[in-house]
Amino acid sequence: MRLYWEIARRGYRRFAAYPAATVAGIFTNVVFGFLIAYILLAVFAEQGQIGSYDASDAVTYTWLAQGLLMTVYIWGWYEVALRVQSGDVATDLQRPLDFQLYWLAQDLGRAAYHAAFRGIPPFLIGALAFDVRLPGDPLLWLAFPVSVALAVVVSFAFRFLFNLGAFWLLDYRGVAIIAMVISTFFSGQLIPIALFPDWLMHLAWALPFASMVQAPIEVFLGHARGVELAGLLALQAFWGAVLLLAGRAVFSAGTRKLVVQGG
Amino acid sequence: MADTIALFGVYRRLVGARIRSQLQYRLSFALNTLGTTLISFVDFAAILVIFGRIDALGDWSVGEVAFLYAISSVTFGLADLVIGHLDLLPRMIRQGELDVLLARPLGSLFQVVSSDFALRRLGKVIQGLAVLGYALVTVEIDWTAGRAGMLALMLVTGVVIFCGIWVAFASVAFWVVDSTELANAFTYGGNYMAQYPVNIFGAWLRRFVIFIVPLAFVGYFPALFVLGKEDELGLPEAFQFASPLAAAASVAGGWALWRAAVRRYRSTGT
Repeated sequence: MRLYWEIARRGYRRFAAYPAATVAGIFTNVVFGFLIAYILLAVFAEQGQIGSYDASDAVTYTWLAQGLLMTVYIWGWYEVALRVQSGDVATDLQRPLDFQLYWLAQDLGRAAYHAAFRGIPPFLIGALAFDVRLPGDPLLWLAFPVSVALAVVVSFAFRFLFNLGAFWLLDYRGVAIIAMVISTFFSGQLIPIALFPDWLMHLAWALPFASMVQAPIEVFLGHARGVELAGLLALQAFWGAVLLLAGRAVFSAGTRKLVVQGG
Repeated sequence: MADTIALFGVYRRLVGARIRSQLQYRLSFALNTLGTTLISFVDFAAILVIFGRIDALGDWSVGEVAFLYAISSVTFGLADLVIGHLDLLPRMIRQGELDVLLARPLGSLFQVVSSDFALRRLGKVIQGLAVLGYALVTVEIDWTAGRAGMLALMLVTGVVIFCGIWVAFASVAFWVVDSTELANAFTYGGNYMAQYPVNIFGAWLRRFVIFIVPLAFVGYFPALFVLGKEDELGLPEAFQFASPLAAAASVAGGWALWRAAVRRYRSTGT
């Protein structure tokens, strides 16, 4: 356990080493936050209430989604695929630690850094410029970080899984692009799932991706209370467990057929 | 003048070589193009989802927003092909590659620009053209020679405006290394913003994209003329014809910033 704690700390420090990049990144998140907030405000100027969302929910959603973007990290993570492609995974297998837990620990450390420095600042700036909705119930302030942590686990487990495509494919990028397109759209990263047509909304909630972005946002907005809140967190935990186990199964299948190219 | 023609000849040879080399790996090229096309469609899917809930966004119908979206995607996509590798400038500075360019007897900007031609990013242009087709079928445009000419013109001025913005914000890398994301906010962010009607944004942001970084002239103003729409902002009609001016200003601004940046450039010493 102590070992994985140290790995997580390294994951944190790897990103903490570039403060200028963090500032530039925050700036980009804020620019996109403004654009999306204005677009959604124009939508809600036409239609005051869409599903559980009103204009105030929509701007709050916008700044949470910008803050979660780097924290949950659904874009561009190919580290495991690169290690498989290069054959370095063979060295990793000799190490006295669990391959998946190693990367999970690393990713949780990374997420802690991004939550603090890429998550909170854009939200605070957004809260100054727009009328955001803060949870009144202290229980939600406790449930939200739990939900974000679960979202990171689900996101990691999915990324780990599609990265393993590199065991079977020479060029993993095709799978990576499809995974990115689907997870971006169905996670609610782009627009709230509540705006989807009904059939698409049901589909989105039946898939694991909603647990990555939309679920913590729903918790923060107080759209799920009491039993529903517990159910939402359980749903996230369920997807996290299922995808992690699937990742383990696929990884061991991959290593069984692993042929390391010499050179 | 002869110099310019000679320079163009050099550019054609360099870029021709880049294109040929990219076409060597056909499958990889096809997958890359398909990938960028797919990714771009997610953006447009979001617009379609929004219009499932409302009939008009800031008084623009789905077809009209699709028109703006298409113009922005096609022109940004083309600018990206020609000049998008300016995003690599921070790395070139960090690794000292830029110093090599400065020692050669050709313009530094010319050399950076001709160092690549990202045909693999053609996907965005293809997707933009598909959406343009959808827009032209959906919106009833009262075609005149003037409107058709304006559509052709805005496809050119849009590319030029985006190129100017790209050069301007890439120049920031000379002052702040690690500035890729900062430039992205204006290039990719500019592309995103130009996909929507300017009148839905806050007043300060509208002024910014009309008078400082002329994104409103990529789609919004010329589109008002092509689509025969009333300007919600109530600005003079002359704005609808001012895209060439905006393009000239954008390029002049980008060029001036680049010159100023190169002049004060001190190598990182690596």
